[in-house]
Amino acid sequence: MSGKPVLHYFNVQGRMESIRWLLAAAGVEFEEKLIMCQEDLDKLKNDGLLMFQQVPMVEMDGMKMVQSRAILNYIATKYNLYGKDTKERLLIDMYTEGMTDLYELFFKVILAPPEEKDAAKSLIKDRAKNRFLPAFEKVLKSHGQGYLVGNKLSKADILLTELLYMVEEFDASLLANFTLLQALKTRVSNLPNVKKFLQPGSQRKPFPTQEMFEEMRKRFKF
Amino acid sequence: MAGKPVLHYFDGRGRMESTRWLLAAAGIEFEEKFVTCPEDLEKLRKDGVLMFQQVPMVEMDGMKLVQSRAILNYIANKYNLYGKDTKERLLIDMYTEGMADLNELISSLIITPPDQKESKMNLIRDRTKNRYLPAFEKVLKGHGQDYLVGNKLSKADILLTELLYMVEEFDASLLANFTLLQALKTRISNLPNVKKFLQPGSQRKPPMTEEKLEEARKVFKF
Repeated sequence: MSGKPVLHYFNVQGRMESIRWLLAAAGVEFEEKLIMCQEDLDKLKNDGLLMFQQVPMVEMDGMKMVQSRAILNYIATKYNLYGKDTKERLLIDMYTEGMTDLYELFFKVILAPPEEKDAAKSLIKDRAKNRFLPAFEKVLKSHGQGYLVGNKLSKADILLTELLYMVEEFDASLLANFTLLQALKTRVSNLPNVKKFLQPGSQRKPFPTQEMFEEMRKRFKF
Repeated sequence: MAGKPVLHYFDGRGRMESTRWLLAAAGIEFEEKFVTCPEDLEKLRKDGVLMFQQVPMVEMDGMKLVQSRAILNYIANKYNLYGKDTKERLLIDMYTEGMADLNELISSLIITPPDQKESKMNLIRDRTKNRYLPAFEKVLKGHGQDYLVGNKLSKADILLTELLYMVEEFDASLLANFTLLQALKTRISNLPNVKKFLQPGSQRKPPMTEEKLEEARKVFKF
């Protein structure tokens, strides 16, 4: 009843982490109801709160929002993080969809059977270094501005920063030659709301270790 | 130089078909340049017109748009198929993201290894019948209107119609009890632009075959 958004998800990054980043960067306080066991998830389903029987689900503005992209777009629009017109929105969408492609490769490593893990990791290295990071560095170089789109903070900068932290955690050397990306990461990290979110004890979640993932797999039978 | 959008993709449905549907439904004539061999893709890459080295790519309004969701959102915005406000946009996004999940599931059948095909088909049946179609039928039942959102044609109705044709191709009996969805499918199909697109000889693409898949594997190296 506090009026704050309530996030329903597991106690991991997964498909909710970008939403946590966006809300945090927008300075919006939120609560979390963590799903710890199958019964928690079943209750949400049985209460009819999950349009497609899945989480993430965010209770906000009197609605039960599902589908991470829909949720991100809504939050971005509400808090003026989605550009000023259709063309800026297009650029933001193009960039964030590219980011999602790289982000998903991290999921693939966790999901890969042991014999395929090395290949999955190599793919991340290759795609990060040769496809995605150069594309974003090029955007920043082309206009020389502090933010990806419209010289103003948007969903694109926040999600890129999230992604760059994931890349850094995976293999910090991948960021080596991308000076403008590093500068953006620092700039966004120093924004007061983001700085707070990056402190220990915030609602930021860890990247799942293989053990965490196996535990979840057992508990939620997938 | 006609001013028409130019679609760059493989001569198949894949990740471009929804864009073809949306443009067609909006009454927008478009041209297609098919990527038919690895060299075609290399050329596009060398020419620097693919932000992430991938197709789909749509040349439109002086820009080279990539990432299918970004393209769809831009077209929907431009042709007033994206609702009238943030809340309608949220609903449209939620629904179309759910549709994309089922679309991907059905599309993945052709690349599923033979020993997993049966269980994949069962999964598709189950999700279609018990998760996705009920969710959309419920929306229509909830407001009793002819279109999913805001009593007006949107991206959601067009992409749902595309999806329902795919479901029908997979197993027509799955649509059996969903009377409101069937009515929407008929209604949308009878719109003049869509009717034209559904005629033989249009730019609509047929379902993927094994031969087409082999061609695609050669071009995209997967």
